[in-house]
Formats: sequence, C-alpha cells, structure tokens
Amino acid sequence: MSNITRRGFLKASAATAAAVSMAGAPHVARAAGQKVVIVGGGTAGATAAKYIRMADASVEVTIIEKNASYHTCYLSNEVLSGDRTIESIEFGYDGLKAHGVTTVIDEVTGIDPAAKKVTTKANGDFAYDRLVVAPGVSLKYDTVDGYDATVAETITHAWKAGSQTVTLRKQLEAMKDGGTVAIAAPPNPFRCPPGPYERASQIAMYLKRHKPKSKVIILDSKEKFSKQGLFTNAWTELYGYGTDNSMIEWRAKSAEGNVTGVDAANNTAISGEMGTETKADVLNIIPAQQAGAIAVAADLVDDSGWCPVDKKTFESTKHKDVYVIGDACIATSMPKSGYAANSQAKVCATAIVASLQGKEMVVPSYVNTCYSIVGEDYGISVAAVYRLEGDSIKKVSGGLTPKDASAEQRKREKMYAYSWFANITSDIFG
Amino acid sequence: MKKAVIPALLLVAGLSVSLSSAQAADGAMLGNTCAGCHGTNGVSSGPASPTISALEKDTFVDMMNSFKSGDRPSTIMKRIADGYTDEEIAAMADFFASKPYKAADQKFDADKAAAGKKLHKDYCEKCHEENGTFDSDGSAILAGQWKTYLDYNLADFQAGDRPSPKKMAKKMKKMVGKHGVGSLEDLSNYYASQK
Ligand SMILES: Cc1cc2nc3c(=O)[nH]c(=O)nc-3n(C[C@H](O)[C@H](O)[C@H](O)COP(=O)(O)OP(=O)(O)OC[C@H]3O[C@@H](n4cnc5c(N)ncnc54)[C@H](O)[C@@H]3O)c2cc1C
Ligand code: HEC
Ligand code: HEC
Repeated sequence: MSNITRRGFLKASAATAAAVSMAGAPHVARAAGQKVVIVGGGTAGATAAKYIRMADASVEVTIIEKNASYHTCYLSNEVLSGDRTIESIEFGYDGLKAHGVTTVIDEVTGIDPAAKKVTTKANGDFAYDRLVVAPGVSLKYDTVDGYDATVAETITHAWKAGSQTVTLRKQLEAMKDGGTVAIAAPPNPFRCPPGPYERASQIAMYLKRHKPKSKVIILDSKEKFSKQGLFTNAWTELYGYGTDNSMIEWRAKSAEGNVTGVDAANNTAISGEMGTETKADVLNIIPAQQAGAIAVAADLVDDSGWCPVDKKTFESTKHKDVYVIGDACIATSMPKSGYAANSQAKVCATAIVASLQGKEMVVPSYVNTCYSIVGEDYGISVAAVYRLEGDSIKKVSGGLTPKDASAEQRKREKMYAYSWFANITSDIFG
Repeated sequence: MKKAVIPALLLVAGLSVSLSSAQAADGAMLGNTCAGCHGTNGVSSGPASPTISALEKDTFVDMMNSFKSGDRPSTIMKRIADGYTDEEIAAMADFFASKPYKAADQKFDADKAAAGKKLHKDYCEKCHEENGTFDSDGSAILAGQWKTYLDYNLADFQAGDRPSPKKMAKKMKKMVGKHGVGSLEDLSNYYASQK
C-alpha cells in the first residue's frame, strides 16, 4: 500500500493544513497528566477512553471494569440461533492498552464527587479530575413477582450478554420439537428497543430449521414496538405470522401481555390483569430497567431512574465534573443502543478534552443506527442523524429500511450489519 | 446551565467571538460519528462497508451529494447524508482526506486477479490511474477496497442502478460484451489482491 494515494494525500494535507494547525495551536499551559477515570469499560466507557487518548495523549485515562472481558449484547441474538459463537462476541482490553489506556479489573463501589474520587472493592480509591460513569443498565427484578438474580440463572433475561446467553442457547437446543418459547418484553425505556423482536426472529429462524412444530410467544408490556411494521412484515414472510400456524405470536399489553410475575417452579409467566398463565418450555424474562446500580447509588439519577445530563457535553446536571454516557443517561431522543453509546462517548470525550485544555466545546453531532437480522439474508435497519437544538437532541434525518426493499437490499443490509459489528467493535476496543 | 454561560461570555468578550466561528462545523466531531460503520478514521474492517479515508475532497462531496439527491442508490447512506449541510459535508471531506488509506486484508482468487489486472489496463486504467490506487478526477480508490463492496457497485453499474460516467459505461459495456459478466468478478479480485 506504500504509494496508494501518494499524490492525493499530498494535496489533501495542504487543504487541511489550516484546520489542523487551528485545532492544535494555542497550547495553554496546564498541569501534566490530568486524570480521567471511567466507571465501566463497556461500549460507551471503552469508546470514551480511546477517543480521549486519541485527542490528547497527555491525559491519563483509567477504566475500572468489573469483568475481565466484555461480551457485546449486539449480535448475541445470533448466538441464540446458533449462527454465531459466544467467542465471536467477546472482546478484551489489550487494544486499549495500545492507546495508553489503563484498565483495572475491579468493581466501583462508591463515588465521592466532592472529594473527586471513586472507591473500589479491591484496589482502594482512585482520584480524578473528570469522571465518566458508563455502567449500562440494571434490571428492576422487583417489577416481576418471583423473579430475582438467582432465578435469572435458570430463567434468564440474557439482557447482559455472557453466561446467560449461553444458558438460553442450551435451553433452546435441549427443547423438544413442538415446544414453546416465551419472551417477556419490557416497558419503555429500555436497552435496545428492537432487541426483543430481533431475538424472537432469531429464535424462530432456529426453530424453523430444527424444530418446526415449535413457537415463540412474545408477552409485551407495550402496545407497540420499534420497527414493528418491518418486523411483522418479515415474520409474515418467513414465519407465517398472522396465520394459525405462525411460529411467532405477539401479545400486546392490552391482550394480557404485560408480565407481572413468574412461577419459577412451573416455568410459567403470569401476565395481564387476569393473571393469565403462560407455561413455556423455555422462558426468557426481560424486566424493566434503570441506570446501572452505581449511578443510582451515587445520586446521579432523577425520579425516572436514569441520569439527566447536559446534552452538549454529557456532564451530569447533578454533580460537577462527572459525565454519564450510554444506556444510563437520558439522551432523548436517542434510543439506548450501542451505536448511540459509541456516539455519545465521542461527544463526551471531546467535551472533556476541551474542558481540560480550557477550550470551548465544539458543536456536537450524534448518530444512531440499529440493524436487526430477522432471517437468513434478511437485515433491516433504523438510522438517524441528530443535532443539538437548545438543550435537546433533535433528529434531523434518518428513518427505516423501506418496506418494499428488494431481496438483494435485505441481503446487503445483513452484510452491512456484520460490517457494522466488525467496525464498531474495532472502533471501541481496537 | 451552559445556555446561560455562552451569551454571558459573548457579552463580556464584547462579541469578539463571532457566533459563526463558535458554531463552525468540526470535521473530527462529525467524521468520528461515521466510525461505527466505516471504522476509526474511515478505515473499514469490512466485510462489506467501504473504507472512506483518503478520498479527494471533491470525490467525497460528490458522493455525499449523490446519496442525498438519490442519484446513487443506497441501503442506508441517503438516510444519513440527508442530515448534513454543505458546510458540514465539506468539513468531513477535509477530515477524511487527511486520514491515511489502508488496503483491506482480504481473500481473493489469484487466477481471477491476474485476469483482472489485464482487464484493468485495457478498460479502466485511463481514469482509475496507477492501478486504481489513485483517486483522480472523482474516480475514488479501487485498489484495496473491500471486495464485497466493489461487487455490489459493479453489479449496480452493470444493472444501470448506479449511474456511471458515460465513458466508463461505454468501457464496461465493451468489456462485458467481449469477456462476459465474469470479467467484473475478475476485476474485483484484482482490486482485492492489491495490498
Ligand atoms: C439482545 C441485545 C441486542 C442488542 N443489539 C444491538 C444492536 O444491534 N445495535 C446496537 O446499537 N445496540 C444493540 N444493543 C444495545 C447495546 O448493547 C447497549 O445499548 C450498549 O451496550 C450500551 O452501552 P453502555 O456502555 O451504556 O453499557 P454496557 O455496554 O453494558 O457497559 C457497561 C459496563 O459497565 C460495567 N460496570 C457496571 N457497573 C460497574 C461498576 N460498579 N464497576 C465496574 N464496572 C461496572 C459492566 O460490567 C459493563 O461492562 C443490544 C442489546 C441487547 C440486550
Ligand atoms: C449505519 C452504517 C453507516 C453509517 C453510520 C455511515 N455509513 Fe456511509 N456507508 C454505509 C453503507 C452501507 C454504504 C454503501 C451504500 C449504502 O448501501 O448505503 C456507505 C457508503 C458511503 C460512502 C461511499 C463510499 C464509496 O467509495 O463509494 C461514503 C462517502 C460514506 N458512506 C460516507 C459516510 C459518512 C461521512 C458517514 C458519517 C456522517 C457515514 N458514511 C455513516 C454505511 C454507513
Ligand atoms: C471515463 C473514466 C472512467 C473509466 C474508463 C472507468 N471509470 Fe470507474 N469511475 C469513474 C468515475 C468518475 C467514478 C466515480 C463516479 C461516481 O461516484 O458517480 C467511477 C467509479 C467507479 C467505481 C465505484 C467506486 C466507489 O468507491 O464508489 C467502481 C467500482 C469503478 N468505477 C470501476 C470501474 C471499472 C471496473 C472500470 C473499467 C471497466 C472503470 N471503472 C472505468 C470513471 C471511470
């Protein structure tokens, strides 16, 4: 590749010389080695770490993450169908080391915004100049009677990828043909709005191949859901949706869909006002959610259970020099997705570097995309570009895959979904 | 909170910070949002979405505008390109033009690549100079681009779904007439073979 675009590159550098020197020019004197600590090395936290270091390598960045490796939730539904291995969604922190990011495997147990330090389980305190809190979501087990973290080891939520993803896959493999899988879909707002429906699609794809007499029932706490038209279109085409033999059945809240309890001994979900019982061979309960437990404990949430932030910088409106990004923050009208978390992290990284350098924050920009793979060679997507208007994040363009997309387009969207996965994971961890 | 601070600052500074410069489009801020699909700094990990680093400014701007106008078909880029002003697109063009190109590390069929090399010389080199490594006159970089992406685009040109420059269409027609549609596959293998 030595001389690829040699000439083009020279011309380009001349054109951008001005912009580059502007960005790097006024080097305000400041203390060397200012410290940024990041709670949670998931999608948002790891991205922020890398982009802070890319923008200013003098900043000391430390991630404190409780797991030694990270499993992406994205494409974990393909692990359920058997189209992908659990290893293929596992990422480590060596790539970030190359960017000069220190990762400490430990759990953050407390945040003291007055003393500007965090406390960990095993490694004592860490002082910071700026703190990024990116703990993702916590599950509100208490919204489902009879459900808790222990029961979830067997009646999984699998809404944090890893061991529960594997358990759920094994249960699907062990199920007899003719069995019933029930998925309880949570109320808004929650991590990955299209996720439960992609999950139902992937499971139906597996069942169609191997256990065609079986079915998936979605018990929903909502009246409608993300990309509903595109999902039901695909289900009609692929899984007989709407017919007596449909492999997918969806029950809205008003059709007794909202799950309020679990009878674990009988693998039964209890839903609706009548207490309708749905006995399943494989039960998957995705409960309501709120910001990760550490954000709740550190008084970063409001009454909604999520963290209010200044949307230009993602600085908490509750505590100074503390920033919250990813699923845990309120970034309306962005959904809680991996793409959104990655995009918010870059806005936040830019804002933190600007504040450490005593510069003005640039105009922020945000993007979201969620691909869903609903069958063989069948991908669909939703995308949006956002800008800051006043103090809210407004969608300026975007939308859904057209309903009448051709088979070729759907096939390409699946390949682009895989490309998205390869690129976003290397953008985060590479 | 910030809302109150900015106007105050402007007043204090006697409006020396002009609004337009405070709100100028920032190429890195904008360009980094694309990395989720196109890779950090526009260098894609594939297998299908294209590397967009090192494009000439004009090529990049033309591409974004043709997605916007719908002249060029896309699965998703129209939905994204629609979100940006001319000024923002120009800022991103500068950003990506300044980022180095990296040829994709990918599989290819050596026999087809050899056949493609000759076809390239005969039919394409005139505009896609230096074996397709050089983005001249808006032709983009073909060498080292992801093969799946090249295949999609060659198929779209061939079907007439993506408009191609008249002379390119003529050359392709001539080539396919003489060597069959398989020649397109030879060419994409050739570009994929370049490291
Ligand atoms: C089934 C499914 C499919 C999905 N598919 C997509 C998709 O196709 N596209 C998409 O864009 N998004 C998708 N998502 C959503 C995406 O996974 C999340 O939005 C994203 O992971 C949010 O990133 P985050 O950094 O906020 O949280 P996370 O990625 O969950 O990271 C939080 C990290 O913080 C750590 N942590 C928490 N508390 C502490 C503590 N006290 N101390 C130390 N570490 C701590 C956790 O261990 C974790 O590693 C999907 C989600 C699910 C469940
Ligand atoms: C959701 C994924 C996604 C995002 C986000 C995205 N792109 Fe794309 N891009 C694609 C795909 C897919 C194509 C191929 C055309 C299509 O099918 O839409 C493409 C093609 C392009 C091309 C044409 C390249 C060539 O050589 O033909 C350019 C230029 C481009 N994108 C620029 C951008 C810029 C700039 C951004 C950020 C503002 C961006 N893209 C964000 C997926 C994405
Ligand atoms: C007359 C000049 C000319 C000739 C000859 C020509 N091309 Fe092109 N090619 C162009 C231009 C200009 C573009 C950019 C068009 C656009 O973006 O609309 C282009 C674009 C392309 C692209 C898309 C690149 C991208 O990143 O989107 C491919 C692939 C391509 N050409 C292949 C070929 C092949 C293969 C041949 C030989 C059979 C060929 N071209 C011959 C001028 C030419």
